[in-house]
Amino acid sequence: MELLVATAIAMMTASGIYLMLRARTYTVVLGLTLLTYAINLFVFCTGRLKTNRPAIIVDGQTDYTDPLPQALVLTAIVISFGMTALLLVLAVRSYFESDGDHVDLVGPEEVVARKR
Amino acid sequence: MSLLLIVLLPLFGAVLPALMIRSGRNDCTIATAAINLLSLGLLLTHVPAVLRGEVVTASWAWLPTLGLNVQFFVDGLGLLFAGMILSIGLLVVVYARFYLGKGEPMGNFFTYLLLFQGAMVGIVLSNNLLLMLIFWELTSLSSFLLIGFWSHTVAGRQGARMALTITGCGGLSLIAGAMLIGQLVGSYEITEILEQGDLIKNSSMYPWILLLVLGGCFTKSAQFPFQFWLPHAMAAPTPVSAYLHSATMVKAGIFLMARLWPVLSGTDSWFYIVATTGLVTMLLGAIVALFQDDLKGLLAYSTISHLGLMTMLLGFATDMAVVACVFHIINHATFKAALFMNAGIIDHEVGSRDLNRLGGLLTLMPTTATIAIVAAASMGGLPPLNGFLSKEMMLEEAAHTSWASQAWVVPLLVTIASVFSFAYSLRYVVHTFFGKVRKDYPKPPHDPPAGLWMPPTVLLILVITIGIFPEALVGNIVRSATSSVTIGQVPEFHLKLWHGMSPAVLMSIVAVSVGALLIAMYKRVRGVWERRSRPSGKAIFDTGIRRLVWLTHNFNDRLHNGSLQRYLFVVITGASFLALLAYVRVGHVPGTREMLPVGAATLAAWALLMAACVIAVVNHRHRLIALITVNVIGLISSLAFVYLSAPDLALTQISVEVVTLILMLLALYFLPDESLIEATKSHRLRDGVLAIVVGLGVGGLAWATMTRDFTTLSDFYIAESIPGGGGANVVNVIIVDFRGFDTFGEIMVLGIAGLTIYALLEGMIHGRMGKKLAQWKPGPPKSPERHPMMMVVATRAMLPFAVMVSVYIFLRGHSLPGGGFIAALIVSIALIMQYMASGFKWAAEQVRFNYHVLLGGGALIAAAIGISSMVMDDAFLTSGYDHFHVPLIGDVELATAMVFDAGVFLTVVGGVMLALANLSNLGRCAAVEEKAGDSSEFNPAMYHPKREGE
Repeated sequence: MELLVATAIAMMTASGIYLMLRARTYTVVLGLTLLTYAINLFVFCTGRLKTNRPAIIVDGQTDYTDPLPQALVLTAIVISFGMTALLLVLAVRSYFESDGDHVDLVGPEEVVARKR
Repeated sequence: MSLLLIVLLPLFGAVLPALMIRSGRNDCTIATAAINLLSLGLLLTHVPAVLRGEVVTASWAWLPTLGLNVQFFVDGLGLLFAGMILSIGLLVVVYARFYLGKGEPMGNFFTYLLLFQGAMVGIVLSNNLLLMLIFWELTSLSSFLLIGFWSHTVAGRQGARMALTITGCGGLSLIAGAMLIGQLVGSYEITEILEQGDLIKNSSMYPWILLLVLGGCFTKSAQFPFQFWLPHAMAAPTPVSAYLHSATMVKAGIFLMARLWPVLSGTDSWFYIVATTGLVTMLLGAIVALFQDDLKGLLAYSTISHLGLMTMLLGFATDMAVVACVFHIINHATFKAALFMNAGIIDHEVGSRDLNRLGGLLTLMPTTATIAIVAAASMGGLPPLNGFLSKEMMLEEAAHTSWASQAWVVPLLVTIASVFSFAYSLRYVVHTFFGKVRKDYPKPPHDPPAGLWMPPTVLLILVITIGIFPEALVGNIVRSATSSVTIGQVPEFHLKLWHGMSPAVLMSIVAVSVGALLIAMYKRVRGVWERRSRPSGKAIFDTGIRRLVWLTHNFNDRLHNGSLQRYLFVVITGASFLALLAYVRVGHVPGTREMLPVGAATLAAWALLMAACVIAVVNHRHRLIALITVNVIGLISSLAFVYLSAPDLALTQISVEVVTLILMLLALYFLPDESLIEATKSHRLRDGVLAIVVGLGVGGLAWATMTRDFTTLSDFYIAESIPGGGGANVVNVIIVDFRGFDTFGEIMVLGIAGLTIYALLEGMIHGRMGKKLAQWKPGPPKSPERHPMMMVVATRAMLPFAVMVSVYIFLRGHSLPGGGFIAALIVSIALIMQYMASGFKWAAEQVRFNYHVLLGGGALIAAAIGISSMVMDDAFLTSGYDHFHVPLIGDVELATAMVFDAGVFLTVVGGVMLALANLSNLGRCAAVEEKAGDSSEFNPAMYHPKREGE
């Protein structure tokens, strides 16, 4: 299980980073979302993996999963939503302001010029 | 306590004038004066104790680990300065009331003035070096606001900027010096530092401490070569000049030199740096002042000269020189403030303060002329006025001070400075008030209203009475202030007008006669002056700033070329490199922790996630496909949370997933559907390699972490969850109770994000962007129906159920998976569905509450419940809970943490809905034309049962 989670984290991180390095705003936001998943999962994993032991106190039970990383990740999920939303709206606004959705706010000519 | 109030009253009272201005200029002035007077009154209650030689102290711990505490004390020196600041402040308030024009924002002016006053009093009463530094910077900032009060003038802005730059840089130097002192002494408490004179003077750091501290003092007190900011600060309204540049701010440097006199003075380097700088400043200031045509310019250079005089006296480092300095501080404040006010009157009533356009005003403005003549006579050093007395004492000290074993240097230069000092004082009077009455005054001159001439007259009374009865009026305070500078060693002295013939009297006679001669042949003297080229401090400063700006521009343009792609690449590569360094140095091997078994379903989910990642990367140019695959990944990660004992996370993740999807779809509506291929193959290869390296690194780290055993803090949380927080759901208890402060910060961030989104989108609907938006054509419609009937009906039917579920999730959150975050997201989803199904217009009409109110209310509730625990003497956000028996429902547990959670709930709903609703509104604004077309058809979204019945 741990191996699967680790590879999933690796895969999501790599895909996220690759998408973040693209030139269009929307793709960057998608990449960031992927990276967020990966990092949230990573932080969650620092509490180690455990099945069927949610941290809800039941009389007589002593074995629980680690609740602290979960609490951290829970707020992180909500915060990252706020960040994604802000970035998306910035993307929409900058698209309207500059007639293009290039992350560096450059037009098509400049993109071509830069490539040379 | 009253010591603290003396400082805090003006600082916090600064709000009052800004509010009181609504009920008129007089009320505003009265409020300001009342605060000022109250503070002064509190100070005066300490006078008897201080004159008895006691030191009144008060202290509160603030950041004791940093050595920063709220510590105040009042001794003779502090009393003298604070008294000057508060009493001249009062006169300036009255004067400013009549000086400022009707259209000028007087409320702002008094607010700045009180801020400045509080900061200034803070400097002189602080018993903690760090605390004093805070006030020191505050005076720089508030004086910036005051100097630039007429921000519509170029001179005002430039002058304010220059003053801030110079005094700000000096402040930095002073901070460094103070840090060194604190390190050396091991305390920042001034009374403690003052006892460590030998330690500091014998330390190898002493030269550094001296230079850095003097850097702060010399910039603040406009000593050569930093003097040039002061004349440019004259762009300030005259009350500001009268206050800041006569009695207070520029004397802060002098004050600090006096304050640290016991621990810094007495060495050769002190004498040569401080006395020489003072002497040069005194001489140059006096010479330049004579050739200023602007009345305030003349006074500014004269102030520089007098500050030089005081610096020089402190530099002499003899007890008698300190007496002279302290006495001159009082005298200078009185006559110079009066003269500044006088210059303001002339400017106000004649319309010019250019000496070339004035003259002959004696008969036209007799009151003003009297003020000017008496004050200027004191400034020039004529008996029987107070300026004469302290000047004589200064000359006496200078007469037997030898500089580098040359006995003639100091007396000669001081005499020359006195010559010019008398000359410019004479010129101020002669060229303004004497000579022929002119016909071309900008305004018909007349004496001002009482409000303008009263304050300087009060000062004049002091000028004269101190001159005649020095010992009776100020003898004790001078003695007391001197003893706090010299730590108790007060020389025997008796302040009196006539000491008999002495070298000082001879020097004065020379000064007066040669000075008068200079004015008599002023034209010729001026001619000589004009023929010489003079370096301009402002020009040097401006060139320096220009070069600096050019340099930083160049540097920045190379480093920051504006390409996000490049930044990201550099940042990620850099982070990877650092991680690699850690890996190489520490090494990383997986542990031996036992792994969980893997089932078939898990394996399938993993395969789906991996495939989805590949699809997202390969198809990232087809944005809809990429979006869907990313959401698949999100869903799988929420499944992983379910499987791995994190029900709260799963619930949160899945609801956030829905909200994000809606948001992304809404945004995609406005953005292009596809991206072009732009990057070259090598570029993509480069990015790919970097991505894989980072992925492997993070994955490896996760692998190594998960396979190792660990210790956790969580045992505490699990054990304390029920007894301490009153909830069985440990995750929720951590969020709303144990680490509630984190959560508080996080909902603030979310709220700020929501507000920012709102601002960004509002800006798109109006103005230039609004027009562009209205002309914008969306792509071909994806569905023939804008508002499908089925969806409208379903979403409306679902809403109450969704709210019910949300309430349920919220209430059980403390004991079972759920809580404010999740409940808020569920409500948001249900609400946004209404917007999607029935359109923004309909939905917005139905919503009877404002999302801003929701957001702000939530934040306030969370803050209020947090603060309420502080009222009970607990830390912020300490939770309390109890069990209640409610009929029918049974035993109910209520915790204050649940109120906090309700705040979280409201803020999250407000923030999320601000983002979503406004984004959907954008679509409505864009599709105005389209909507006009289909109005004839039945639009289910517009169906409204009540209206149908009407």
